[in-house]
Amino acid sequence: MPFIPHTEDDIQEMLATIGVDSIDDLFDEIPTELRCGELQEIPPGLPEMEVASLMQSRARTDGEPVCFIGAGAYDHHIPAAVWELTTRGEFYTAYTPYQAEASQGTLQLLYEFQSMMTGLTAMDVSNASLYDGASALAEAVLMAVRGNRKSKSKRILLPANLHPHYRRVAHSIVRNQKIELVEVAYDKSTGQVDMADLEKHAGEDYAALVIPQPNFFGVLEQTDALTDWAHQNGMLAIAVVNPLAMSLLKPAGEWGGQGADICCGEGQPLGAPLASGGPYFGFLCCTDKLVRQMPGRIIGKTVDMDGKPGYALTLQAREQHIRRSKATSNICTNQGLMVTAATIHMSIMGAEGLQRVAATSHANTQKLSQALSSLPGVEPLFSGAVFHEQVMKLPIETANALGMLAADDVLGGFDLQDDYPELGNAVLVCATELRSDDDIENYRGKLERVIQSQAQTLSQ
Amino acid sequence: MIYDHSRKGRRATAQAPLEKPELTGIPAEMVRTSRPNLPEVSEMQAVRHFTRLSQKNFSIDTHFYPLGSCTMKYNPRACNTLASLPGLKSRHPLAPDTHSQGFMACLHDLQEILKNVTGMHAVSLSPAAGAQGEFAGVAMIRAYHDARGDDQRSEILVPDAAHGTNPASAVMCGYKTREIPTGADGDIDVEALREALGPQTAGIMLTNPSTVGVFERRIKEIASMVHEAGGLLYYDGANLNAILGKVRPGDMGFDVIHMNLHKTFSTPHGGGGPGAGPVGVSERLEPYLPVPMVDYDGQDYRWLTEKDQPNTIGRLSAFAGNAGVLLRAYVYARLLGREGMHRVAEFSTLNANYLLKRLMEAGFDAAYPERRASHEFILTLKKQAKDLDVNTMDFAKRMLDYGVHAPTTYFPLLVPECLLIEPTESEAKEELDQFVEIMRTIKQEAENQPDLVKQAPHTMPVKRLDDVRAARELDLAYKAED
Repeated sequence: MPFIPHTEDDIQEMLATIGVDSIDDLFDEIPTELRCGELQEIPPGLPEMEVASLMQSRARTDGEPVCFIGAGAYDHHIPAAVWELTTRGEFYTAYTPYQAEASQGTLQLLYEFQSMMTGLTAMDVSNASLYDGASALAEAVLMAVRGNRKSKSKRILLPANLHPHYRRVAHSIVRNQKIELVEVAYDKSTGQVDMADLEKHAGEDYAALVIPQPNFFGVLEQTDALTDWAHQNGMLAIAVVNPLAMSLLKPAGEWGGQGADICCGEGQPLGAPLASGGPYFGFLCCTDKLVRQMPGRIIGKTVDMDGKPGYALTLQAREQHIRRSKATSNICTNQGLMVTAATIHMSIMGAEGLQRVAATSHANTQKLSQALSSLPGVEPLFSGAVFHEQVMKLPIETANALGMLAADDVLGGFDLQDDYPELGNAVLVCATELRSDDDIENYRGKLERVIQSQAQTLSQ
Repeated sequence: MIYDHSRKGRRATAQAPLEKPELTGIPAEMVRTSRPNLPEVSEMQAVRHFTRLSQKNFSIDTHFYPLGSCTMKYNPRACNTLASLPGLKSRHPLAPDTHSQGFMACLHDLQEILKNVTGMHAVSLSPAAGAQGEFAGVAMIRAYHDARGDDQRSEILVPDAAHGTNPASAVMCGYKTREIPTGADGDIDVEALREALGPQTAGIMLTNPSTVGVFERRIKEIASMVHEAGGLLYYDGANLNAILGKVRPGDMGFDVIHMNLHKTFSTPHGGGGPGAGPVGVSERLEPYLPVPMVDYDGQDYRWLTEKDQPNTIGRLSAFAGNAGVLLRAYVYARLLGREGMHRVAEFSTLNANYLLKRLMEAGFDAAYPERRASHEFILTLKKQAKDLDVNTMDFAKRMLDYGVHAPTTYFPLLVPECLLIEPTESEAKEELDQFVEIMRTIKQEAENQPDLVKQAPHTMPVKRLDDVRAARELDLAYKAED
């Protein structure tokens, strides 16, 4: 029996101890009319080698195309040691550190993670992670509504150039609490938040302004001005940042005169493989002032009975297992294993390593943008400076172009048609440090042929 | 601390690109001038540090871990290896359907398996954890009532023994909660429930077997009472391991359920996540399922999104939830197959009832001695606490010295001095016998040398920690000295 160690003798001895004749007798409190029969639609069990062969064939089906899609998930190199260590059984098969004395490994690691995230974002404190970047934004919104005592409105300003999936997730999670997310337009020429549109909301009651860095178009925002504007208007500033970009760009804690109040984002660029979108982890940092509004696990350093340093879950009075219906959130755990990977990743890369990755990704995207711009009708759509993604305008219909490129094993970017139809034929492209000059030239060459073939089709 | 190994200027890793290109396109005022406070260590120092940290943990791979309500069973290695095959690990979440058929086939198969094993009409895999599954479930209940214009329903009923996430999730969906007491036999107090039901009832959240480790015998009656009042029934799948292949939530009358794949389908707990909390629903709630889901027309797989499901409660994560966890659960389901699923319930229940019987013989009190245990059971150490002044926490800490992770302590809240013990099906009889010996030994110690137990643990990397200081003198991040 797979994964069940009992011998026939064990079973008989155990049944005799309990005082029943069969295992089935142990289910005698379940009304018989409720008992289900055979689960006919579930396939019979397979040995490991057959499941392996099935999974290998499915993995092969999906191929390994060259990827120029970013849009919230980025293809970065992960040091070999990261997952070698992360999948050690002592990390992989432990649970939430409820018994602190028997979980000092996980607890200290989470404290080190919190330290690194505050180092990267220049914020005061960090929690031990949330599900992903999008749900971290939703929690940041809830936190701002609780934490901004001056605001009564339960309204939040959310720019339209924030990741469309993040906006939808935030809406799904907060709408039942009657929180309103009000959209701020973006500037059609720079791709940045439209200051004129923002100014229309000046003096009104909002709990917070959300500030992406970079925004969904890859464009960098005037974060100092936006943060100061939020504070001048009695709002909290919620930063939504790429953590890798924080190694190179002005960190959220240093924005404007006072810094952002809350900083959240997607941790995937720090050691998580693309893996179809998860598991990743969301991070959430804030100022000291807001720490009691923070959802999720937080680890504190303390001492034991002998005065020896140790680590423990702290501020648990915020959490659902203590406060139940009065908790700050229903969140029960964190993304422990992904945070383990991220902490090891940041330790091995260090600030210098992360900066090199970030700067190379920036440079590669510039190269890609220039290479593609050499084609007729292809050019960057926005004038704003970018980090490692860029919106490119194409002379042909995007779905067609991307489909033809994909058939040739190049994933040419994220199609903006559905979410931003006003942009026309626009594609969001990304070239991380992993894309070589050959990859970029290969993309340019294939796009050139696609454009030519489309032009021929049109002229026929 | 990893920072203790850090020295300014130490660069001893081979992982970063060789150079740091000039930032040509970024205005100077946007560039960082302060250096991020991250450690500067060699690769070997990092490997050694984190290997040593791992050795300070208890885990399933190293210790018996009978943590009640958490289903700490063996996590087969094949699940990790096969979910991490190159084509799956490198697949971008927004890759086109042409490059996603293999991945989507796994997800679609898993949806079908979960539907069948729970008796539900449709399944969405997207919630990232049990608590997010709960949120999705209650949000669907709300969407259902709202769509019918039935908007005076403001209350979700929750048993007093429920997991804390249940009331917290209901509140996140804008509901008030009302507690229903548990009877002396461990079943819900049906008369109290009858009185609580009314036009304000949106639904009830139940775990079955319940958190006190027994099967709710009057579940059909409870289901009809709630339905007659116009409410819906939510099933918290925390204890699905106990009934897998024996009885299905759909057949009990539940309208919506969540499953914890990190429990029942053996994906790793990872030090506290990631998990996965798929939701299943009856036919009337199908339009509200969270997106995305996978559809199959007999030839191709494709994503169902907001466009296909206009009444969906929406998206809960940026992409398709914890996809890698779903793949691990899928591999596990294929290794077990239909007969393996029955065995999960059979042997987890056999182990729990055997362990309970042996502990009672050793002089410990069961909270519900007249009841059959499900896959877990509760001991109460009320007597020991009173007679010996040694409480449940002391017992729990002393167990660590004997190389066993403590069971869940002080939950559910209604049983005083309780231990919630869940051995799971993967433990052998000799492991259970050894646990009984350890409990017997600690009891003797409590009688003869109570301080030994009250000061425990003695052999861990640290002794009992000062939690008050941790909360009062907050130290949440390492600060560099310069």
